[in-house]
Amino acid sequence: MHMADALLAPAVAGVMYAASAAAVGVSVHTLRKDEQQPAKLPTMAVSAALVFAGQMINYTIPGTGSSGHLCGGMLLSALLGPQAGFLSMAVILTIQCLFFADGGLLALGANIWNMAFYGCFVGYYLIWRPIMHSKWLSGMGGKAAGRVKIILASILGCVVTLQLGAFSVVIETSLSGITELPFGTFLAVMQPIHLAIGLVEGLITSAVLVFVWEARPELLQDVQTSGNSGRCSVRTTLIVLAVAAAVVGGGLSLLASGNPDGLEWSLFGNSEAGYSENMGLDEDSFGVSSDAADTAASIQGWTAFLPDYAFSGSDSALGTSVSGLVGAGLVAAVAAAICAIGGFFRKKKSSAK
Amino acid sequence: MNQVSRALTEFQEMDALAAMDTPIHRLHPLVKLLTTVVYIFLTVSFDKYDLTGLIPMVLYPALLFSITGIPVGTCFHKLRAVVPLVCAVGIVNPFLDREVLLQVGALSVSGGVISMLTLMCKGIFALMASFLLIATTSMDAICMALRKMHVPGMIVTLLLLTYRYVSVMIEEVSVMTDAYHLRAPGQKGIHYRAWGSFVGQLLLRSMDRATELYQSMQLRGFQGEFSYVAAPPLRGRDWAYFCGMAAGCLALRFVPVAELLGGMVISVD
Repeated sequence: MHMADALLAPAVAGVMYAASAAAVGVSVHTLRKDEQQPAKLPTMAVSAALVFAGQMINYTIPGTGSSGHLCGGMLLSALLGPQAGFLSMAVILTIQCLFFADGGLLALGANIWNMAFYGCFVGYYLIWRPIMHSKWLSGMGGKAAGRVKIILASILGCVVTLQLGAFSVVIETSLSGITELPFGTFLAVMQPIHLAIGLVEGLITSAVLVFVWEARPELLQDVQTSGNSGRCSVRTTLIVLAVAAAVVGGGLSLLASGNPDGLEWSLFGNSEAGYSENMGLDEDSFGVSSDAADTAASIQGWTAFLPDYAFSGSDSALGTSVSGLVGAGLVAAVAAAICAIGGFFRKKKSSAK
Repeated sequence: MNQVSRALTEFQEMDALAAMDTPIHRLHPLVKLLTTVVYIFLTVSFDKYDLTGLIPMVLYPALLFSITGIPVGTCFHKLRAVVPLVCAVGIVNPFLDREVLLQVGALSVSGGVISMLTLMCKGIFALMASFLLIATTSMDAICMALRKMHVPGMIVTLLLLTYRYVSVMIEEVSVMTDAYHLRAPGQKGIHYRAWGSFVGQLLLRSMDRATELYQSMQLRGFQGEFSYVAAPPLRGRDWAYFCGMAAGCLALRFVPVAELLGGMVISVD
């Protein structure tokens, strides 16, 4: 997500520099009041260097063959707090810009805002701290609850802050008048890609934070260190994943673009948005007209109780959100069914032996 | 060589370049930083169709490459970081903007193609300018320039300390990655079972290292900020360099040099 200089107009770059400089100023001011600040400085530097090097490690994503990376903003704000984390991220981005050409010198302000500000301030104040201080899961036992909270806060934090960062990249590039790509289309390309990246980064970050918490809980911000028994059970993990799926499916589908997807757009165009270069196909009359096709369409009409991810005859945001939740639930049910069938056959095989 | 050790090599290469001794290296870091910012600012301010106006801006990096003797090729492998996003954004322009702006014989060049090329040139020029800054100025010198620009001491100290520890950490990660891959041959990355412990172990060690670092700094009299030797003042040649380069860049930005030169060779009726 590092923006190059070429993607920004000087005015936009200047505004982003001013915004980031203000955030840096506030952070420095806050940290100066802290008596522990001189002691914190080497920790900030070593953590920043660690995140810098740690982001070069490839983590294999099971079942995909691709790899993911660590999310620096969330990790640093969980370890150092928002202000110190933000300054450390800003320094990482500066070194990346100077030595590795990751992002330009003029675009540094925008990059600090897109990656460090959201990751550290939004991620910490709106996600990490509320989740860590919540009484939620208090009946689960200290250690298990702490683990669940860290996993949830990391995943949610990475997803939300990356979405905000990607959204800012689209706004900044569009305001700079660099691309001919319409705003909606650019957004529809950027957001889903970063949703996937955010999920993976969140999982990796949560793995690191859970490890640190189990070994040295006092290193993390806002974490109660008086934890007691118990490792995380399968049940707990399932609850966490269910909540995460509900948040992603339910919450973020509200943000999904109302524009048709790439394939639909290329076939049918979008006359309301003024794209005349469609292929002239009418969505209603498109396709092969046959009895079988009509039958299939009528079956689909009967089974699709949430056509186009909204309630029948309703365009409400509630419909979109409920569809997302139902979809996530259906996927979970199918996955559970597959596991159950596999388990059934394995048991049968072992009992036959 | 793994990706991590390649990064370390890149760091060392940049340090070696910054340690050279050329007229540009001897200039005050503040004027080099300011000139680079002015150049990049003017370069990206060109209109998206003004490719002919933008091309002469290549003279600034060309001049610096020529004076310092740094091979141009050394900066081109850094393009891998810039090109993907710039291309991803620019590559759609030829498809969406098809209005023909230039007709050369039978060849019609659309506005989209021109804006895409302009975008790529801006990206490459800006990259070359930042590369030349860091290849001719050490990190200590850049930090000195930042202090002179009244950037808070805390940021500058943090930048210097982080820069010092980045190479240490990269080396540690490189050794750990090699050790991991020797034990897990054929595995592309870190297995998900080791996601937490791999960096987690290093993180715990690093926190102890930071405490030791702070204690050793305290023993040497550290009280929240590094003490600096008084920065050298700006000399006449520094001012001359800055004024000359800034004036040159402004001239290239506002005088249509390419068109004037072209007009001298070809007469257009």
